[in-house]
Amino acid sequence: MGKPQSVPVLEMRGITKQFPGVLANDHVDFRLNKGGIHALLGENGAGKTTLMKILYGLYQADEGTVLVDGKDVSIQEPNDAISLGIGMVHQHFMLIPPFTVAENLVLGAEPRKHGIFMDMESAIAKANEISEAYGLAIDPHAKVMDISVGMQQRVEILKALLRGAEILVLDEPTAVLTPQEVVELFEIMRNLTEQGKSIIFISHKLKEVLDISDHVTVLRRGKSIGTVATPETSQQELARMMVGRDVELVVEKGPASPDESILDVDALHVLDHRQLPAVRGVSFSVRAGEILGIAGVDGNGQSELVEAITGMRRPASGRVMINGCDVTGVPPRQVFESGVVHIPSDRQRHGLILDFTVAENMILQTYYKAPFSRRGELDWETIHTEARRLIEQFDVRTPSEKVAAGSLSGGNQQKVIVARELSREPELIVAAQPTRGLDVGAIEFVHRKLIEARDDGKAVLLVSLELDEIMALADRIAVIYEGEIVGIVDPDTVTEEELGLMMAGAMRGPQPKAAGGESR
Amino acid sequence: MSMNSKSKAWWRELLVPVVAVLVGLAIGAVFMLFTGANPLDAYRALLSGCFGSPVNLSETIVYVTPLICTGLSIAVAFRAGLFNIGAEGQMIVGMLASAIVGYALTGLPRIIHLPLTILSGMVAGGLWAAVPGYLKARFGVHEVVNSIMMNYIALYFSHYLVNGPIKDPNLASPYSPEIADAAKLWRFVGGHGSEFRVNSGIIIAIVAAILIYRLLYKTTKGYEIRAVGLNPEAARYAGIDVSTAMARSMLIAGSMAGLAGAIQVCGIQYKFLDLFAFEGFGFDGIAVALLAKGNPYGILAAASLFGVLNRGSQMMQLLARVPKETAGIIQASVVFLVAAEGIVEGWLPIRRMAKLDVAGKEETR
Ligand SMILES: Nc1ncnc2c1ncn2[C@@H]1O[C@H](COP(=O)(O)OP(=O)(O)OP(=O)(O)O)[C@@H](O)[C@H]1O
Ligand SMILES: [Mg+2]
Repeated sequence: MGKPQSVPVLEMRGITKQFPGVLANDHVDFRLNKGGIHALLGENGAGKTTLMKILYGLYQADEGTVLVDGKDVSIQEPNDAISLGIGMVHQHFMLIPPFTVAENLVLGAEPRKHGIFMDMESAIAKANEISEAYGLAIDPHAKVMDISVGMQQRVEILKALLRGAEILVLDEPTAVLTPQEVVELFEIMRNLTEQGKSIIFISHKLKEVLDISDHVTVLRRGKSIGTVATPETSQQELARMMVGRDVELVVEKGPASPDESILDVDALHVLDHRQLPAVRGVSFSVRAGEILGIAGVDGNGQSELVEAITGMRRPASGRVMINGCDVTGVPPRQVFESGVVHIPSDRQRHGLILDFTVAENMILQTYYKAPFSRRGELDWETIHTEARRLIEQFDVRTPSEKVAAGSLSGGNQQKVIVARELSREPELIVAAQPTRGLDVGAIEFVHRKLIEARDDGKAVLLVSLELDEIMALADRIAVIYEGEIVGIVDPDTVTEEELGLMMAGAMRGPQPKAAGGESR
Repeated sequence: MSMNSKSKAWWRELLVPVVAVLVGLAIGAVFMLFTGANPLDAYRALLSGCFGSPVNLSETIVYVTPLICTGLSIAVAFRAGLFNIGAEGQMIVGMLASAIVGYALTGLPRIIHLPLTILSGMVAGGLWAAVPGYLKARFGVHEVVNSIMMNYIALYFSHYLVNGPIKDPNLASPYSPEIADAAKLWRFVGGHGSEFRVNSGIIIAIVAAILIYRLLYKTTKGYEIRAVGLNPEAARYAGIDVSTAMARSMLIAGSMAGLAGAIQVCGIQYKFLDLFAFEGFGFDGIAVALLAKGNPYGILAAASLFGVLNRGSQMMQLLARVPKETAGIIQASVVFLVAAEGIVEGWLPIRRMAKLDVAGKEETR
């Protein structure tokens, strides 16, 4: 590699990191070219985040060396990384919500007036200057809590650049973005590399990786499987390298044979947390043996709809019936008891108690029932045995069922939730973003499980922001726009363009009532 | 920290408090050198003050007993994510209730009167705590503000009662009448008038610690309390009634503080003595719970340490002419070091593992 553009700005050699019970990185080699976008790919728990945290000084490697610009460096803590020009944007943003964008940007290196007072004007000037220099538009006066996730990510990127980052690590930056925001992020990334920055990009979405990167390094169970040039590879090859076998990127499914309806939603109105209407007169039903997909751009009332169905939010009016029983506004436990399970879209806020062990998390809704407890007394032996069974069955990568759920990799945390919910023998599965943050192998697994459940006569309500996922799984697609169902369509006959138009509110499809065949 | 991972890491859990105590003692020694006292003499005096004679030992245990109960009180509330700063007031109403039930009823057999007296203290404490608990659960009013107010209400209410309605008319001092013998706890050595005041209250306190441990880790109600304390949003998602779990934990917390008061009355004082100010058991309980990191068994050890320091400080003053406040400095240093455990961990070789735990919580996706 004698070409000038392939000078490595960063080299990691033989990086090894042992966690209790897990070898997270096993002699990993990694090199990043100047001005390159290098994707890091691997299954959940393969060790991607660990490798990056070592680079950023959050963990210490047990073995191995890091070279920046060809020089051996020691990175003990993030400050060392920052002064070497390494910046990291974590999946979970480290911003202070009530502070303004400008305040967040200069945090830790605030310009001062008279030694002690924060100099707001020069902070804002600085914010404007940097956002112009990199063509990243922001509003320095806006409070972080009022801006979109995509904007917050921009602030995080600018924060890193402001501290002189030449190497930027983006850990699953697209997992929380809408498709439009992803396009914008990629533009930003290309701009940055043109200015000589180098980027490490982590994602589970193979399309994105093929789209944006120039090289891909694949990790599997802590080991580096190899590095390939992006133009010379394909989704299938990358999937095989990651998982070690062929992966069905779109799971096969037969035609649905729907039975009587399990979930009936009738003229439902729901207010959001600001008491503004979020769901406005939604009616649909989901029958046993079918998957109804709710497609829509994020923030069009999907979360409020799901919360109203699962008892977490009281609807303003309308009716929710499960199996013919009225469950409108009843608390979550009563909803669960009528045969509903719920994979929530925010796994860390709702789905898990991170400080509880994996086993404790596995009984989150069922702890008060036999066999997990009897007369108010928990049976730990049964709980642990059952947890081990689920870990095995759902291939959760964890050293044991007794570690804190928070120590699992992001994707494995999601698997814990999926395992818990799908194992509860439901009649209705409400799955909100069930595969967020999962690797291709795990997505295939979850998709297969959902289809199995459907074929087994369960009703599935799938809410997803991924059009691909909806298209692959749903038997009928309901498009939600500004809190209304603008049409219920057949995935076999609708085109992606039509769906896109409906999601943008530019077109209406057949209405649920007009769709006929809706049993009530 | 869950019970399941406890077995493996118990020595690590213990390491920080132990080091903190040693450093706290060292800081106390430095302070003594400043004041011209000899730290070795002082610590010798401290030990002999606590364990030097049977009476001293007995008095130390007497002091430790209510601290165990208030420590448990704070820990239980804390597990539900609540800060029970009101243990002080709950203990006062516990004392009042036990004193009243103890003297007002007569002629009952011990097997009925004693449990009834203790129970009434626990119920009173529980109800006192239920007020802020209810306000928190129902209206979201912050429990700290209410608990503090409830402390003052308890204090002044007790002034009023013991200077009027329940004052013993035969005495000049503001005391309530003595409780019936059938309502007194058994003193291990000698009768009710024994100079060895150590009594079966310590056994009750230890049993309480065991029961609280079992409650938290072996029962569904404890699971709910811990879930609510760690992530109320997830608890709600899971169908746990968050308000009920919070209110329940406050009720239990209050009954533990009430128990402290009951034991004080039934085992030591035999009557309600007018309080000029807060006695501080409730506030020290916060430090005890913190030092024990909320673990009920840890509370037994932490309460003992605080009892020893408090009792021993009087002897230090007497024998080594060390200001009594030195004990306060040691206590404060120990609590500070435990609370800021990162500092202690930074000194120890466990640092890297500890850092890893923290980072694990940070991995948030
Ligand atoms: N702080 C920690 N304590 C203990 N084990 C950990 C810790 N952090 C990570 N691990 C373990 O190390 C392994 C690698 O985790 P890592 O987070 O690097 O995976 P990842 O490749 O980023 O996965 P994902 O795609 O799911 O985010 C996992 O098995 C995980 O359980
Ligand atoms: Mg990761």
